[in-house]
Amino acid sequence: MPEKFDVIVVGAGPAGTSCALTCAKSGLNVLLIERGEYPGAKNVMGGVLYRKQMEELVPEFWKEAPLERPVIEQRFWMMDKESVVQFGYKGLEWATEPYNNFTVLRAQFDQWFAKKAVDAGALLINETVVTECIVENGKVVGVRTDRPDGEVFADVVVLADGVNSLLSKQLGFHKEFRPDEVALTVMEVINLPKEKINDRFNVEDNQGCTIEIFGDSTKGNLGTAFLYTNKESLNIGVGTTLSSMIKAKLKPYELLDYLKNHPMVKPLIAGGESAEYLAHLIPEGGYRSVPKVAGNGVIIIGDAAQLVNAIHREGSNMAMHSGLLAAESILEAKHREDFSESSLNIYREKLFDSFIIKDLEKYKDAAHTFEKYPQYFNDYVPMMNKAMSKFFTVDGTPKREKQKQIMKSVTAEKGTLRVLQDLYRAWKAVK
Amino acid sequence: MHIVVCVKQVPDTKIIKINPKTNTLDRRSAPAILNPYDAHAVQEAVKIKEKTDGTISVLSMGPPQATAVIKKSIEIGADRGYLISDRAFAGADTLATSYALSKALERISKDLPVDMVICGKHAIDGDTGQVGPGIARRMDIPPVTNVIEVSEVNQQEKTVLIKRKLTSGYELIQSELPCLLTVEKEINDIEYSPMPNMIKAARYEPVIWAVSDLENVERTQLGLKGSPTIVGKMFTPPRPEGGIRLEGSSDEQVSQLMEVLMEKKDLLTIQSSK
Repeated sequence: MPEKFDVIVVGAGPAGTSCALTCAKSGLNVLLIERGEYPGAKNVMGGVLYRKQMEELVPEFWKEAPLERPVIEQRFWMMDKESVVQFGYKGLEWATEPYNNFTVLRAQFDQWFAKKAVDAGALLINETVVTECIVENGKVVGVRTDRPDGEVFADVVVLADGVNSLLSKQLGFHKEFRPDEVALTVMEVINLPKEKINDRFNVEDNQGCTIEIFGDSTKGNLGTAFLYTNKESLNIGVGTTLSSMIKAKLKPYELLDYLKNHPMVKPLIAGGESAEYLAHLIPEGGYRSVPKVAGNGVIIIGDAAQLVNAIHREGSNMAMHSGLLAAESILEAKHREDFSESSLNIYREKLFDSFIIKDLEKYKDAAHTFEKYPQYFNDYVPMMNKAMSKFFTVDGTPKREKQKQIMKSVTAEKGTLRVLQDLYRAWKAVK
Repeated sequence: MHIVVCVKQVPDTKIIKINPKTNTLDRRSAPAILNPYDAHAVQEAVKIKEKTDGTISVLSMGPPQATAVIKKSIEIGADRGYLISDRAFAGADTLATSYALSKALERISKDLPVDMVICGKHAIDGDTGQVGPGIARRMDIPPVTNVIEVSEVNQQEKTVLIKRKLTSGYELIQSELPCLLTVEKEINDIEYSPMPNMIKAARYEPVIWAVSDLENVERTQLGLKGSPTIVGKMFTPPRPEGGIRLEGSSDEQVSQLMEVLMEKKDLLTIQSSK
């Protein structure tokens, strides 16, 4: 006789674990199913964990979670072939409690996080693939796994099965991706002694630095690269939308090799030893790609619901918060003993009322604009580099004259009107 | 039929690193797993239970985190799990380990008499293969090592028919019950655990016993105190040299090969000692 739970959560990433933890804490009977050997075995992110949403789930988690370094400096690079224009912020207020964000290694962090859910009473089952939702009379009533006697039932099934959510596609909530809705990111973990990291990034033992790199890091394609400091390793990676990768005939590993050998990057990682190589799809379709998130007996959270803010590199925090909102909605539905779509749709309302959808809505045109008008990455980043070079090179030209020359070269290349148009368009996309 | 399977948590030696200075295993470098031979031991117990009905208990000795291998055994199909865990067991060699496990087996058989004990052939971290036979000796039951098939279990007659692997061929023997088997990997294929077992394992809390929970224990025979084994030296064996690569046309290669074979023919003669 197959067992019935209050909630089955598919996928023990940040979204699924948050949901399982919150439901279990409130006394619901939760089954959390993970396909990897352990939670985190198959999960990838650049490596920044935001404090705020994590803290709502596990207060003062930084005292016990396996974190790498609190981030005290965020740098942004506009990179050309042999130069870079940079700006950033470094603040020691981020070096003390409660911190702002942290670098983490997911294989360790996710295991720890999932254990929190288990301690709260959720049942975790690893190495098990959910092959489909069991649908009866138009209602999801459980899941079928790839194991013998593999059916399990629940009032609500929560799909946290990641970016390429096969389960929500089967239910018809999702259509197949367009290549401009997903980015492919490849990254490496490079081991480097602590002292070298501290010296090269100008930080102390328990301080970290993140660098987001635009421009030549993606050979001018829509995407970004990143370089983050862990305790004794660096995370370096690069991602672009699948569509631009296809158009430029780029191979992701070539792009990563290019980045690692870039003269602006190479000295920072020199002497390091590659420890891990990872690749993952990232849902970057934003607001317009968010599918139907609640149905009869089913809720979709995290990457599976395409909840990623590519512009601000936020994803895991949105995943966690969506998991929390899903859990709250399930608890309310449980109170009503009504798990129909109209009852579970409270989750949709909560989601749209939260920072998640508000932020995605704000940037709903951004990716599209930058993809459609490649000049931002292709032309303006090099232009900016040239301008800075010209301005700071001391050659006897009066500064006012230099400014004139710079403005002239920008407008000469593009025409004043084009430049103004581009500026307006970019502002509109992110305003 | 009550079968007790003895299992051990070991570092995954496929990936473990060896500290080049001390020549000891760097246990932090590899995840802890259920000793693969022991997994086959549990699986065999499950197969026997399918035919005879009964209960499968698993027993392990180790730190509290060794409950993980007991849970893994429940996934495969065991019914109960016991862990003996106490500072007093620490540093045990095979002699002290088999003593402690036999004391735990005594306690288990008080609740439900034991008909068969199954162990893996050896643990992949120590490779000694001594604990199984050590337990059998202490329980005064027959040890049957290198088992590749349990052909028949006769509960009325209290006998079991077993195939043992030999260097050339196999041996078919009958043993009385209770007895202790140590199994080879080829005895079975580990099956993909059914979902109900997975749920049961996720919920399962093994029984944990300290020394004080066991009866008639001679404390001097436990742990480091009860371990006469002294490790003289540890070294990493040199990597074998890479052999010879034969070049040229296939005829040339064949004649070269024949030369090599003729040179080493003494090694190839099959000795018939019997």
